[in-house]
Amino acid sequence: MDRSEESRMIIMEDFLDEDPAQAERLKRTLTAHRHRRKKPLREAAGTPEPPPEDWSPATMAAAPPGAAPPASRGLPPVPSASRTGFAEFSVRERMREKLKAAKSKAESTLLQEDPSSRPRHLKSIRERKTEVRLDKECDRDEFREMQEDESHISSKVKFHDSAKIPKQKPPVQNDFPSAEEAYKFFTFDFDSEAERVKAGIRKKNELNHEEEEAEEDVETHGEGQEESETDEDVHLVKDDDLFILGQTAQDFLVMKPAEYESYSEQLQKEKEFLFIPSMQAVPASQKMPGNIQPRFLEDEGLYTGERPFVSPSNLNILENRILRQEQGKKWFGDDGKILALPNPIKQSLTRPPVFSLEEGIEPELETLYRKAIKVTAANQYLVGPGDFQGPFQLDIDISGLIFTHHPCFSREHVLAAKLAQLYDQYLARKQKNLTTLLTDKLHALRNAVQCSIDGGDTAVLKPVAQQSIPEYKIEIRQTRRLRDAEQEKDRTLLKTIIKVWKEIKSLRDFQKFTNTPMKLYLRKEEVDRRLDEKAYETEIQDEINELLEECREEYEKKMEEYKTELQEWKSWKKTQKSKKKKKKKDLRGEEESVDGCELDEEPVKPIPPKMVNSLEIEQQVREKADNFRRKPGEPVLIPELVLSGSITPSELCPRAEVLRREDVKKRSSFIKVLFNSKEVSRTVTRPISSDFRVHFGQIFNLQIFNWPESLKLQIYETVGISSTTLLAEVFIPIPETTVLTGNASIEEIEFSSSQRVMLDHEGVGSGVSFSFEADGSNRMTLMTSGKVSNSVSWAVGEKGVPLIPPVSQQNTGIASALKNIDAIASIGTSGLTDMKKLAKWAAEAKLDPNDPNNAALMQLITVATSGEARVPDFFRLEQLQQEFNFVSDEELNKSKRFRLLQLRNAEVMEFRNYKQVPLHEREISEQLFQDYEKRLRERDVIDSKHYLDAHRAIVANYLQKIRESVINRFLVAKHHFLLSDLVSEEEIPSLGILGLSIFKLAEPKRPLKPRRKERKKVTAQNLSDGDIKLLVNIIRAYDIPVRKPVSKLQQPSRHSRSFNEMFAASPSAQSPGENIDWVFNQVLVRPFVEVSFQRTVCRTTTAEGPNPNWNEELELPFRAPNGDYSTHSLQSVKDEVFINLFDEVLYDVGEDDHERGSGIHTRVERHWLGCVKVPFTTIYFQARIDGTFKVNIPPVLLGYSKEKNLGNDRGYDSVRNLSEGSYITLFITIEPQLIPGESVREKFDTQEDEKLLQAAEKYEAECTSKFPSRRCLTTVIDLSGKSVFITRYIKPLNPPQELLDAHPNSSQTAAELVARYVALIPFLPDSVSFAGICDLWSTSDQFLDLLAGDEEEHAVLLCNYFLGMGKKAWLIIGNAIPEGATAYVLTLEQNQYAIWNPSTGCFYGQFDTFCPLQNVYCLISCDNIWFNIQEYDSPVRINFDISKPKLWKSFFSRSLPYPGLCSVQPEELIYQHSDKAAVVGLQGRIEKILKEKIMEWRPRHLTRWNRYCTSTLRHFLPLLEHNQGKDVEDDHQAELQKQLGDYRVSGFPIHMPFSEVGPLVEAVHSTGVHTIDVANVEFALAVYVHAYPQNVLSVWIYVASLIRNR
Amino acid sequence: MAAAGSPDVFLVAVSGEIESGQFPGFDDLYCKFCFVYGQDWVPTAGLEEGISQITSKSDENSTLVWNFPIDITFKSTNPSGWPQIVVSVYGPDFFGNDVVRGYGAVHVPIVPGRHIRTIPMFVPESTSRLQKFTSWFTGRRPEFTDPRVVAQGEGREVTRVRSQGFVTISFNVMTKDMKRLGYEVTPSDMENHSLVSVTEGIHDY
Repeated sequence: MDRSEESRMIIMEDFLDEDPAQAERLKRTLTAHRHRRKKPLREAAGTPEPPPEDWSPATMAAAPPGAAPPASRGLPPVPSASRTGFAEFSVRERMREKLKAAKSKAESTLLQEDPSSRPRHLKSIRERKTEVRLDKECDRDEFREMQEDESHISSKVKFHDSAKIPKQKPPVQNDFPSAEEAYKFFTFDFDSEAERVKAGIRKKNELNHEEEEAEEDVETHGEGQEESETDEDVHLVKDDDLFILGQTAQDFLVMKPAEYESYSEQLQKEKEFLFIPSMQAVPASQKMPGNIQPRFLEDEGLYTGERPFVSPSNLNILENRILRQEQGKKWFGDDGKILALPNPIKQSLTRPPVFSLEEGIEPELETLYRKAIKVTAANQYLVGPGDFQGPFQLDIDISGLIFTHHPCFSREHVLAAKLAQLYDQYLARKQKNLTTLLTDKLHALRNAVQCSIDGGDTAVLKPVAQQSIPEYKIEIRQTRRLRDAEQEKDRTLLKTIIKVWKEIKSLRDFQKFTNTPMKLYLRKEEVDRRLDEKAYETEIQDEINELLEECREEYEKKMEEYKTELQEWKSWKKTQKSKKKKKKKDLRGEEESVDGCELDEEPVKPIPPKMVNSLEIEQQVREKADNFRRKPGEPVLIPELVLSGSITPSELCPRAEVLRREDVKKRSSFIKVLFNSKEVSRTVTRPISSDFRVHFGQIFNLQIFNWPESLKLQIYETVGISSTTLLAEVFIPIPETTVLTGNASIEEIEFSSSQRVMLDHEGVGSGVSFSFEADGSNRMTLMTSGKVSNSVSWAVGEKGVPLIPPVSQQNTGIASALKNIDAIASIGTSGLTDMKKLAKWAAEAKLDPNDPNNAALMQLITVATSGEARVPDFFRLEQLQQEFNFVSDEELNKSKRFRLLQLRNAEVMEFRNYKQVPLHEREISEQLFQDYEKRLRERDVIDSKHYLDAHRAIVANYLQKIRESVINRFLVAKHHFLLSDLVSEEEIPSLGILGLSIFKLAEPKRPLKPRRKERKKVTAQNLSDGDIKLLVNIIRAYDIPVRKPVSKLQQPSRHSRSFNEMFAASPSAQSPGENIDWVFNQVLVRPFVEVSFQRTVCRTTTAEGPNPNWNEELELPFRAPNGDYSTHSLQSVKDEVFINLFDEVLYDVGEDDHERGSGIHTRVERHWLGCVKVPFTTIYFQARIDGTFKVNIPPVLLGYSKEKNLGNDRGYDSVRNLSEGSYITLFITIEPQLIPGESVREKFDTQEDEKLLQAAEKYEAECTSKFPSRRCLTTVIDLSGKSVFITRYIKPLNPPQELLDAHPNSSQTAAELVARYVALIPFLPDSVSFAGICDLWSTSDQFLDLLAGDEEEHAVLLCNYFLGMGKKAWLIIGNAIPEGATAYVLTLEQNQYAIWNPSTGCFYGQFDTFCPLQNVYCLISCDNIWFNIQEYDSPVRINFDISKPKLWKSFFSRSLPYPGLCSVQPEELIYQHSDKAAVVGLQGRIEKILKEKIMEWRPRHLTRWNRYCTSTLRHFLPLLEHNQGKDVEDDHQAELQKQLGDYRVSGFPIHMPFSEVGPLVEAVHSTGVHTIDVANVEFALAVYVHAYPQNVLSVWIYVASLIRNR
Repeated sequence: MAAAGSPDVFLVAVSGEIESGQFPGFDDLYCKFCFVYGQDWVPTAGLEEGISQITSKSDENSTLVWNFPIDITFKSTNPSGWPQIVVSVYGPDFFGNDVVRGYGAVHVPIVPGRHIRTIPMFVPESTSRLQKFTSWFTGRRPEFTDPRVVAQGEGREVTRVRSQGFVTISFNVMTKDMKRLGYEVTPSDMENHSLVSVTEGIHDY
C-alpha cells in the first residue's frame, strides 16, 4: 500500500513538472498529507543513506535549504503491492528533497486521528488491484494517453470520484484546490485504477458511496498509527549513528568493546537464515499459479490412482518448504496437490493369506513340512515318470495332391482348370448365398421401417422407434450397396463361366481332340414372368424411393450448411462494411492492423446446392438393374460341371499331344513330411494321373516329445527315373489342442512353385508365356501350383486321453516371448488368439490406458499392433564374454601351459600342488598329463589285471567313482570358511572352567603322577616336509611266542596237550607238572619291534624273553602326498604304520671248533612273529593312540609255540588266558599335533520326517552336552548322500544257509562262523576313501554287493545276522583301539554279554581285559537308540541293561513313541553261489604272482622252491580254513616236522580276506620271509582260496623258508 | 639360467625396509613380516619371514620406527600370485600381554624403482561384547590363525575387523627378464616419470 502511494506521488510529480502552474496549486492543497508519506518513501528509496525523516535540528540543517517548497499532495491512499523497482535515481533524488521540505512543514500541522484498525480484507483486495501498473507508468507519454483514454471510457467511476472529493478532503487540507483540479487529478487516479481492475473490482466500484468512504477513512487512520510507530524506531537508529560518528572523529585508535550478541539477537539472526516450515495447511490459492481453480481429475472421471499415504502434517511441512523455493509452484499439480505418482503397492495381497497353525509364529515365517519325493536314482538319465506322460502323437494325414497348374497342362487343361476354379467359386458363392441373404435383410429392414412409420401414425411416436428409423435407413443403404455388389459378382461369375466353357468348346473343336472330361451344363429354370416382373418393378421402385429420400436428405443437409455459410458470409460482409466505416473514424494504428488481418480472410460466397432430379435417379437405378440383375422373365441359369465327357484316346491325337500324355505318365510325385525342419517321413511316390491328381491317402503318426515348432510338407516331383525336383514347400499350421484325430477335417493348402519349365510338346510349361490365340496375342504365364489336401490332428491315446504335449512345453523362442507378454494368460484364458481383435476390443471397451491394472494389456496391444515384438530367440548370458576372450577356446585347450594352469586351478588331484608352471610351452613335457589322462581314460575301463576277478574290479571302479564325487563335494565345502578357521579366539570360559582353574592354583607344581599335557595343536597348512614326525613308543609286549627247541623229544608231550575251548572263561586245565621240563628247556625268544611307515623303517633294540620291555621311542618322518599338508590331503593319507614283531635269531656260523676260540661268527636271522597295523588316519584323527594291542600272529608259527607256560606267573595267567594271543603296549602320536579336519559342514538331503530330525538333533545336543566325549549317533549318511535315521539299518537278515547248515546243532559255532564270514568281507576304511566326510553307511545288500566296507557295515551286517538267527543283538557305537571310533556288536548269550568285533570276527566277554573296545557310547537296536549316561564307558565297568533309564537314555520313549520306521534293508538277502572254477583259477594265479614277487624281491639270490614242502603246506591250508585257524598248530607242526625232518622250517600261514592282489603281496613282503640270504635256503609257498557264498573269499597264504639242517 | 637367448624365469628382487608405523595409543610394538606368493613363485635368496625389534615412541613424534630391512629375491614363471608382504604388529596391552595390534598386506610393487607404501592395518574383532571383554581381560584378543589370511580373499567374509594404525614400507624393486618374457610393467614413454610421481605422492601422504 505504501509503495503504491509513493509511486503515485512520483507519477504526480512528473505530471507536475510538465505543468508547473497546476502543480503549484496542488502542492498547496496536499501539504497536510506530507507526513504520512515519510516512511513509505524511505523504504522505497532503499538506499543506505541516513533516514531522511530526521527530526533533530542538525540533520534538518543538513538538508538543502534551497529546496523547492514543500509539495505534499493529499491523496487518498491507494494501496498497491507492486514490488517492481522502478525509480530512476533522479526522480528519487527530487522526491527526497521535496520530502524533507515537507517534513519541516509537517511539524506545524498535526493530525488528530484516532488510531483504529482497519479490516484486513480490504487491504488484500486492494493489493491485488494494481499489479502491473508501474511498468507502464514509467513511460510518461503512454501514461498520458491512457489517462486520456480512461477519462472518457469509464464515466461511471468518474462520477463517483467527483462525489467523493469534497467529503474526503476537508479535514486535512490547508487550502482547497480548485474543484476542477481536484476532479481532474482524482479522476485520473481512479480511472487508472478502475481500468486495471475492471474485472475484479467492478463490483466494488458499484457499491454505494458511503461504504467506500468509510473504508477510505479507516485506511487513513491506519496509516497514521503506523507512522507514529516508525518514528520511534527512527530515533533509536539516529542516536547510534551519532555516537559512532563522534568516536571516529575524536581518535583513530580503535577501541572495540567486546562483541556480544544477545540471545535474542542471535535468534533474530537465525531467523534470517533458518526457515521453519509451518505445519499449517497451505491455502490452495498459493499453490496454484494465478487464479486458476484447482481441478480435480478424479471428479472429471480420469484415473488418478491412489497416492501413498503421507501424514498431513508432514505433507503441510513439505508444501510450505516447497513454496519457499523458487518456482515452487511447479511441484503442484492441477489439483493443488503435490505431484506424486500413485502408490505402487497393490491393495490386494498377491500371496494367499497364510493362517498359522501354531501360535506365536508369524504365519509368514512358519515352515511347512513337505515330504520329499524320492527319485529313483537308477534311471536318472531318463525322464522321470512323474513329469513325463509318454510320447505324444501327431497324426498327419496326407490324402492327395491336385495340380491347378502343371507344366504338362495342355491348353485345354489350363482352361479346364480355370473353369474348375470358377465353378468352385460359384459353388462356394452359392453355398454362402450372400445375395439372397442380403436381399432378405433388405426386405426385413424395409418392413421394419415401414412398420415403425405406420405405428407412429397411429400412436404417439415412441422415442425408441423414432431414434431407430434413421439407423434403419442407414442400414438399408449399406445393405443395398452390398447386395448390389454381390449381385454384380454373381452375374459376372456366371458370365465368365460361360465364357470359359465356350472357349473350351472352341478349343476342342479347333484341336480336334478332347483332353479333359469336363462338361458344363447350364440348367435353365423357368420363372413366372408376371410375378417376376412385379417383384422386379417393386424392387426398382423401392430403390428409387430410397435413393430419392437419400438425396433429399442430402440436399437438406447441404442446404443447411449452405444457409449457415451464407449467414456467416453475410455477417462477415456486414462487419466488413462496419469495420471499414469504423476504420475511417478511428485512427489508431493498432486497430487498423487488427482489422487488416481480418480483411485478408474473405470467405468464399457459398453456392446453393442443387436438388437432384428424380428421373435421373430412376434412370440410374434401372441401368444398374439391367446390368447386374436378371431381367424379369429371363430364366435362371444354373451351371453344372460334370466330368462325364470322354477323352479322345491317344491314337487319335496329334503327335504333340501324344508326347505330352506320355510325359505326364512319366511323372510322379511324393511328399516329405518335415517336423521341426527334419524329415520324419515321406509318402510313397505316386504317378501323376492324366487329370493331374495324385492320391496318397497316407496317415503318418509322429511320436513327439516336445511341442512342435514347425510342420512342413515338401512336394517333390520326379520325372522318369532320375531327376527329383522340389516343387514347393508348404507349412502346415500346428493344430489347436482341440483338434483331435476323430474330428479333424481335411484341409486344402495351396502351394505354388516358381519353377520354370518349357516343354517341347503340347504342354504349356510353367513360367512360360503362351497364348490361346492363333496369332499369339493375349499371352499369359502360369506357374506350377496346386493344392495339397491334408489334415493334421492330435492323436487320442488308449484311454481317450489326447496325446498333446503340455502347453508349457512350448519352448520355442517366440512362444515363450509371447508368454511373457501374454496379458490374457494372466487373466486366465491362455494362448494368444488374435491380437487385432484384442486391440479392437480394448479400443471399444475404452480402457483407461493410465490404469495400472490395464498396463500389461496396453503394453501387449502396443507391442502387438506395432509389430515390435522383436524378441530375440536366444538368450546370451554373458554377452560381453566374446570381447574378453583373449584367445579362442581351442587355442586355450591346445596350450599345455594353459591347460596345466587350468587343471591346477580346478584342484585336480595330480596338479593341485604343482609348483612353478613353466613359462614356455616347450618346457612342459607330455608326460605330465599322461597320468592324468590315463586316469581319465581308465575311469570307465575295468581293468581286471590287478584284481583277478571281474566283480572286484567293478566294485573297485564303483568305489573310486563314489570317492571322486565325494571328494569333489568336499573340495567345494573346503572353500567355505568359518570364523574359527580364520580367527583364533579364546572361548568365553564357563564357570566350571573358571572354578577348575582356581582349583588348579592349589595343585602341586610337580605331581607325582603327571598327566600327559595336551599339546598345542597346529593347523596343518603352514607345514612342510620334515616338520611332522610320527612318534612311536614301544613299551612292552606280553606273551610272545617262544622258540621251540628242535627236539623230537618234545613230540609226545605236545600231543597230549589238551585244548580248552576258547570261549570258556575257565583257566587252562594243563598241569604244571607237565611243563616242568619245558620251563627249564625253553629257549628264549629275542624279540624286537620294527616299525615301518612310508617305507622308512625303525627298530628297537632286542629284548629277551616272551614278555619283553623295550620302552623305546622311535621317530619316523612323515611326508604328505605331493607335499600338500592341507587337512584334506592329510586325511586321505592311506599309509599304515606297520609294527612288526620279530625274533632275532643268532646262528653260529663258525664251522670249526678251533675258530670259536678266536672269533664269533654268527648270522643274524629275524623271524617274523606278528604285526600290528595302525592306519595313519587313525593316528591323525585320534591324535594319539595309547594302549595294549593284540598282535596279529599267524595261527601257525613254525618253530615257535605259544604256551601258557610260565608257572611263576600263574595268577596272571588265568586272566591272560581269557583270550589267547600276544599283546603289545604302544603309544603313537604325531609331533606336532595336527588338528584333524572337521567333517564337511554340509546338511545332507534327507527323506526323514522333519520332526524326527529335530528330535534327533535335540537328543544329540542333550547327550553331547552331558558327555562331550561320547559320540551320539542318530542319523547317518547313506551311499546316495542322504541322511537316514540309524535304526533303519538294523533288521533281522538271513545269513547264508550254508553257514547255518555247517553246524546245525551248535548255535555258538554257527555264530562264530557267521562272524567269520562277515569278517572275511574286505575292510575298506571309509575315512580313507571319504576323507573328512562323515561315514557313509551302505545297506547290507549294498555291502555284500560291493564286498567292501568299514566297521559300521560289518557291524550292521553281523548284528542283522545275529538278529536273524534269533539272538538278542545290538550295535555298539564306541571307541576301540586301534581303529578309533567304531561299531561293534553286542549279543546277549546265556545271561552273558558278548562283544563281537565285526572286522575280525573275534568276540570277547564283557569282562575281557583285552577287549579292544574301550568305550561304549550308545547302543542301537532296530527300534531305539540308547545313549550311555553311566559314569564310565568302559565295557568292563558298565551295565548293559538297557531297561534302566538311569543308565541308558533312550531316544524313543513314552514322550516320543517309536513311529515304526521302515527299514532301508532289503527283505531278504539273496546269495549267489561262488564259482568254484573261478576260485581255483584265482588260487593258481595268486600263487604264481606271489612266487614271482618273492623272486623279484631277491634279485641277487637264487630262489629255490621246495616242491615237496609246498605240496605239504597246500595240504594243510584247507584244514586251517576249516578250523578257522584255530587249534591246528600243534598237529600241523608235528606233521610238518615228521615230513621235513632234516629242514629247519620257519614259516607261517597268512590269512586274509580277499579284495585285491596288492594287499596280499604287501602282507607277504612285510613278513620279510624273503630276506633270508642263506645260501642254501629254499622256499615254499602255497595259496588256498576258500569261497563262501556271495563271492566272499578267504585267502590263505603259507610261506615258509627251509634251511637244511646238516 | 637362460644362458641362451630366452630366459625361463623372471626375477624380482625386493629390498627395502619396514620403516615405521603409526599406532596412536600403543607403544612398544614389534612387527613380523612374511611374504605370500603364488605357486609359481620361488624365493631364491633372502629372508621370507622376519621379526623386528621392539620399538618405543619418542616423546614428540608419534611414529614407531623399526627400519627393519627386507631383502628377498623371487623367481617366477607366472605373474599370477605376485608376492605380497604381510605385516603383523604386536605389542603389550594394558596388562602386559602380548597382543596383536594390526595386520596388513600389500603387493610388492610391480614397477621397478623405489616405492613407499603405507598400509592401513586392521585387527579382527571379537564376535561378541562379552568376548571382547573377556579377551581384553585375559589379554588374548582374537587373532588370525595365520597372518597369511590377510593376503588372500577367500574366507574373509566371515571375519569382522577394525582398522588400527598404519605401517609404512619402502620397497626397492628390480626385475630381470620381465620384458624379455613379454611382461610390460611400465608404460614405455614414462618410465622415469612414474618413479617420481610415486615417491612424491607418498611424500604428500
